[in-house]
Amino acid sequence: MTAIKHHISEPLLMAYAAGSLEHHYALVVAAHVSMCDECRAQLAVYESVGGAVMDGTNVAPISVDLKDSVFARLEAPQVEKKRQRGFGVFPAPVMEALKGKPPRWKSLGFGVRQSILSDTKEGSVRLLYIPGGQEVPDHSHEGIELTLVLQGAFRDETGRFGVGDLEIADDDLEHAPIAEEGAACICLAATGAPLRFKSWMPRLFQPIFRI
Amino acid sequence: MLNVETQIEIMERPVPPVVRRRVPKRDVKTIDAQQGYSDQTVWMLAVKAQQDRAAFGCLFDFYAPRLKGFVMRTGMSEAQAEEVVQEVMITVWHKAKLFDPHRAQVSSWIYQIARNRQIDVQRKEGRPLPEELMHDVETEHDASQIMAMEQETETLKSALAKLKPGQREMVEKAYLGELSHSEIQAETGLPLGTIKSRIRLGLEKLRHELKELRQP
Repeated sequence: MTAIKHHISEPLLMAYAAGSLEHHYALVVAAHVSMCDECRAQLAVYESVGGAVMDGTNVAPISVDLKDSVFARLEAPQVEKKRQRGFGVFPAPVMEALKGKPPRWKSLGFGVRQSILSDTKEGSVRLLYIPGGQEVPDHSHEGIELTLVLQGAFRDETGRFGVGDLEIADDDLEHAPIAEEGAACICLAATGAPLRFKSWMPRLFQPIFRI
Repeated sequence: MLNVETQIEIMERPVPPVVRRRVPKRDVKTIDAQQGYSDQTVWMLAVKAQQDRAAFGCLFDFYAPRLKGFVMRTGMSEAQAEEVVQEVMITVWHKAKLFDPHRAQVSSWIYQIARNRQIDVQRKEGRPLPEELMHDVETEHDASQIMAMEQETETLKSALAKLKPGQREMVEKAYLGELSHSEIQAETGLPLGTIKSRIRLGLEKLRHELKELRQP
């Protein structure tokens, strides 16, 4: 694996560890951690802080019969939820979001495709497939946009992003990522709101494609 | 408290020096160090090694009231909180074999289980989790590393206790889910650097170990 240069920011890791990060962003964080030992170790630090905070919380007395009912259930057979493992370029949390099936790509034109994993009022997360050399329409977005490269690479005004790299774009960044020549670039991208494309063509299609 | 010697899987005792048999240095260190494990770790390892119910009872008595207090502070009702406590403790029992004392301290491990459970209860879509690392469950315990992890957790706790009230409140708020990601980002009072410098050693070790796990 090539060295990962762009990592998760500390506030994002802390929010993920605390469980307060919205689902669409949490998926990208979990996917990056699956690929990046550095961030896995950092996350462990933030989880230790969580454990310490929990230990320091005021205790709440528990009902008298709770312990008995826990002990009574220890022998009961456990239904283990089967968790997806990573497959190909897709790390385990992405496979989980795909429910173990291949992505259902929808064309956005110019060879660009997307597969929406989750789309709510809070935000959305999708897989993007951008042919080598192809530009992603110029867009701005609401809230931060997280883009994790799963295959290939892209460049924009802020630098080059290869496999495992995570771009964190604030809402004031208007960028035009271009996939590097060669293999198609596959990304996992999450935004706080629907993407707004600036050129007229994609804007017309936005309601249809939910981008 | 439970008798430490009966709870730990490595039973071999150092031979007294009068016998003049050579004792491998590592064994002595391992056994000495076990005397220094926290109660929670001793209990957890006993549950992991031999499904020790008495040890699990001790874990329950220690963690259940803390878990309940913690979960209720995030806004859950008492009944809901007890439901979460129950599920978390049952998961602790069944997943005990996955507990790795080199990588996480008991509180940190249980904290994660509680968070996952809470998010699964609150949201339709479960919490996205990183891919689990494959690791050999049978690996021998490295007592010095476990001790180092424990010591750092203790220093972390005292570092938290020594923070200025305002700062500590921000850390608590963050972990109780009262701060959004952007609020955490904007909050300059969060002493992340201070906290993290306390666990630098563990971080280095963890990195090293993860690297080894990646080796084919």
